[in-house]
Amino acid sequence: MTTKRRKISSGTRHNLFAYGLLFPSFIFLTMFTFYPTLKSIQLSFYSGPMTRLQFSGLDQYKEVFGDEIFRKVILNNIIFMIGTVPTSLFLAMYLAIWLNKKMAGSSLLRTSFFYPTIIPLIAVANIWLFIYTPQYGLLDNFLHLFGAGDTNWLGNPNTVMIVMIVMIIWKDAGFYMIFYLAGLQNLPRDVYEAAEIEGAKPLQMFRHITFPLLMPTTLFVMIVAITNSFKNVDHLYIMTKGGPDNASNLLLYHIYEAAFTNWDLGKAAVLTVILIVIMLGVTAFNYLYLDRKIHY
Amino acid sequence: MKKLNYGIIIVLGIISFIPLLWVIITSFSPGNQVINGGFPFWVSNPTVENYVKAWETAPFIQYYINTFVIVFGVLIVQLFTITLAAYAFARVNFKGKNVLFILFLLQLMIQPEILLFPNYQVISQLGLVNTKLAVMMPYWASAFGVFLLRQTFKQVPYDLDEASRIDGCKWYQTLWHVYIPSAKPTYIAFALVSVSHHWSNFMWPLIITDSVESRPLTVGLALFAQSYETGAQWGMVAAGTVMVIMPLVVAFFIFQKQFVSSFMHSGIK
Repeated sequence: MTTKRRKISSGTRHNLFAYGLLFPSFIFLTMFTFYPTLKSIQLSFYSGPMTRLQFSGLDQYKEVFGDEIFRKVILNNIIFMIGTVPTSLFLAMYLAIWLNKKMAGSSLLRTSFFYPTIIPLIAVANIWLFIYTPQYGLLDNFLHLFGAGDTNWLGNPNTVMIVMIVMIIWKDAGFYMIFYLAGLQNLPRDVYEAAEIEGAKPLQMFRHITFPLLMPTTLFVMIVAITNSFKNVDHLYIMTKGGPDNASNLLLYHIYEAAFTNWDLGKAAVLTVILIVIMLGVTAFNYLYLDRKIHY
Repeated sequence: MKKLNYGIIIVLGIISFIPLLWVIITSFSPGNQVINGGFPFWVSNPTVENYVKAWETAPFIQYYINTFVIVFGVLIVQLFTITLAAYAFARVNFKGKNVLFILFLLQLMIQPEILLFPNYQVISQLGLVNTKLAVMMPYWASAFGVFLLRQTFKQVPYDLDEASRIDGCKWYQTLWHVYIPSAKPTYIAFALVSVSHHWSNFMWPLIITDSVESRPLTVGLALFAQSYETGAQWGMVAAGTVMVIMPLVVAFFIFQKQFVSSFMHSGIK
């Protein structure tokens, strides 16, 4: 009897102790993750100004999905993702494989690829705005050497997305590269030695050994890169404000516009819910599905 | 084949370095040279005039102070919250552990960055709009930090924990003398990632601050750059940009190995 009671009371004590330890984190998670998420969901079903909210059911969702600009923004974000993710992953893997070997200057090159990671995106936007400026910019200056004329890279709906994608690849490829470098360090040496004895060619070794063994790294980096393509929009503020004619607008920036330029709270709530669903989809796929299949 | 690939990589490495080189050179160029053309990687008569002017036009000192307060204000509170939570998840058995763990996981999926709009409302309900506190608060809990540290704490031998208890240590003494010292590399990794992340943060401080007293460097730089969009002022904007990135770049070049391994650490664990 007494031992049982002591067990219960010690269990409760353990529980309370743990809850106490978690409490500081939990307050801020509640205030800035759980509550705002639920609040956005609730608000997405109400319309009108903040003081006189009226239940409107799915009306705002219908409105958003019927909105041409919204469709354009979603399409842009998908293009942006398809443009940035595979290319930076490929580049990162390529760089890592060659820079993993010891050669003169490889650490200098690694530095040159990695440093853009630590530069704030807003500063990156300033620098690349100069690069892309028509006539005087570095890119046009360079193209003049080949007799090309001036191009308004950021002002033309056909080129704006491409040049932004190039900039983001420059910023992120080096970051992903270090994950591949880490992945390469952990590959088993003996497999390569065995393959060499068997007379495997470098390209075969890559296809049948390196690439498959790097798969966990690739999947992890892919999730990070996809998340980044929805999360990082700072550059739009400096470079285009989403223009021209929404040609470079992305979902999170569109939320910013709806909430803080147009003060359309219902729409901002709906858009936020959509973005949350996208993020949950991407990351849940990683944690619940991929993590179970692959062990790091 | 090998030579070709190294050739490609060297060319790419040079291209990758050009934006930094160019912005630094432009920041030392006299105003008219940018427009008049000439070789963009050479300044015949370098000047610090751009820095002086930039420093005079915008309150960069105040912005620096604000950024420092914000970055370290975030970090210090984070270190406190993640240490306690990580210890609970690593070493205490309690009811609802799995559910709470999943709730923490949610923050990795729904990061504060995408909750710009609803978090603005939370802050405005608290009456904290346009304060440095508002910039910091959404980041005071860090699921990422908790997971990183929990992994490290789990590797601390349980015997060590028990031995210190038998010696009469209270839990916080054990935490302080056993766990925290053994997790030093993790703390450094987390601190570097956190500091560089919040130094760079832009969208959230942009919407939540509206005065010189609370604005961080990134927002200050954006407003400064926007008032000088014409080419004639490039030198000044470049100087402002260099001022914002320099502390990070210099720290990076000095502690390069630490940075790279920290960022690496932050992903694979």
